[in-house]
Amino acid sequence: MVDPVILFFVLGVAAGLMRADLRLPAPVYEFLSFLLLLAIGLKGGVELANQSPLALLPQIVVIGLMGTLMPFIAFPVLRFLGRMNRADSASIAAHYGSVSVGTFAVAVAYLNFREISFEEYMPLFVVVLEVPAIIIGIMLARGVSRDTAWGRMAHEVFLGKSIVLLVGGLLIGWALGAEGVEPIAPMFFDLFKGVLALFLLEMGLIAAAQISVLRRHGVFLVAFGIGMPLVGAVIGTGVSLLLGLSLGGTVIVATLAASASYIAVPAAFRLIVPEANPTLSLTASLGVTFPFNVIAGIPIYHAMAGVVHGPGGVF
Amino acid sequence: MSVTSATKRKRVTIITEAAIEGRLLDDVEKLGAHGYTISEARGKGGRGVRSGSWGPSANIRVEVICDDATADRIMRHLWDHYYNDYAMILFAHDVEVLRPEKF
Repeated sequence: MVDPVILFFVLGVAAGLMRADLRLPAPVYEFLSFLLLLAIGLKGGVELANQSPLALLPQIVVIGLMGTLMPFIAFPVLRFLGRMNRADSASIAAHYGSVSVGTFAVAVAYLNFREISFEEYMPLFVVVLEVPAIIIGIMLARGVSRDTAWGRMAHEVFLGKSIVLLVGGLLIGWALGAEGVEPIAPMFFDLFKGVLALFLLEMGLIAAAQISVLRRHGVFLVAFGIGMPLVGAVIGTGVSLLLGLSLGGTVIVATLAASASYIAVPAAFRLIVPEANPTLSLTASLGVTFPFNVIAGIPIYHAMAGVVHGPGGVF
Repeated sequence: MSVTSATKRKRVTIITEAAIEGRLLDDVEKLGAHGYTISEARGKGGRGVRSGSWGPSANIRVEVICDDATADRIMRHLWDHYYNDYAMILFAHDVEVLRPEKF
């Protein structure tokens, strides 16, 4: 059975490819992403209230290391196999080292739909994974140079929309606990799937616009856009095993490792490394990797998690 | 004051990527502009369609009314520091303003 939200994404892609007259106004898209980010943060925060911070610290460190490592895997592939210039290689490497909250939301919906449980504090990992790759990417592009506007970068990275809303949601959820968030639950939790469906419809339209650009940028980007998430998912699955996560948690971490940023990283690179071509990175992350993960990737990572978690785990 | 006694000033219009809004406005103010107006914009140009529907494709139009010298400084600065790397259109024309001391 197909998860309903996926069908909305497919509708968006189809409508976009056929150039249908659909356009979600920018403020509505902003609103939907606000809701999703806060809902994800709140959910994670509520669960965080039941955890001891010290017990989570080793997990946070390992996940952070994973995010730091990923750009170093992607960069040489782009630079030497893809023959891209340094700035573009670094930019795309940073996109793939960082994460996509949209993809995370789809993975959560996927697991909920199949009634597979996972460690609910996972949104914390989204926050931990978003930042390191941006810093590594900028260093790969520029070296550790004094000319880099590090102050502006820090502002861009730590006060970007997704970090502020995720961390804010985590803190509010953590402070309020399960009963405290009850009054706002209808808005953030009950509507989650509907909001995600609308969000994915718009993401489909955006992805379709990138797919039309893809024709000009060729085979390498497609291969990378599918190959890199698979490599990421293998690493994510291994890390989950190391951390002793559940089957659902393994699927989420593999999905996070496989996903590529399309909001925070492009914004930071536009400002700090403007010579990197945003068309290349966004075409790969939105035109190839996002649709791949949403439609095929997450079920593949589920199967991978099933294999490492032993027989009877899959489907 | 009658409208016919209005004073001439320059209006500099900058159409560019929303991603650089903060940095751009810092620069414009440092170069002597006393204020500006920003509106959301979308369109098509050398860097493709800027549909404005979400973050990286969002465009803004910044309008600054200022004296000739400031207009010149702003345009020169943007030419030197932004034109190579960003989707940017820049033009200026004469406008007539009341309360010239504001600009």
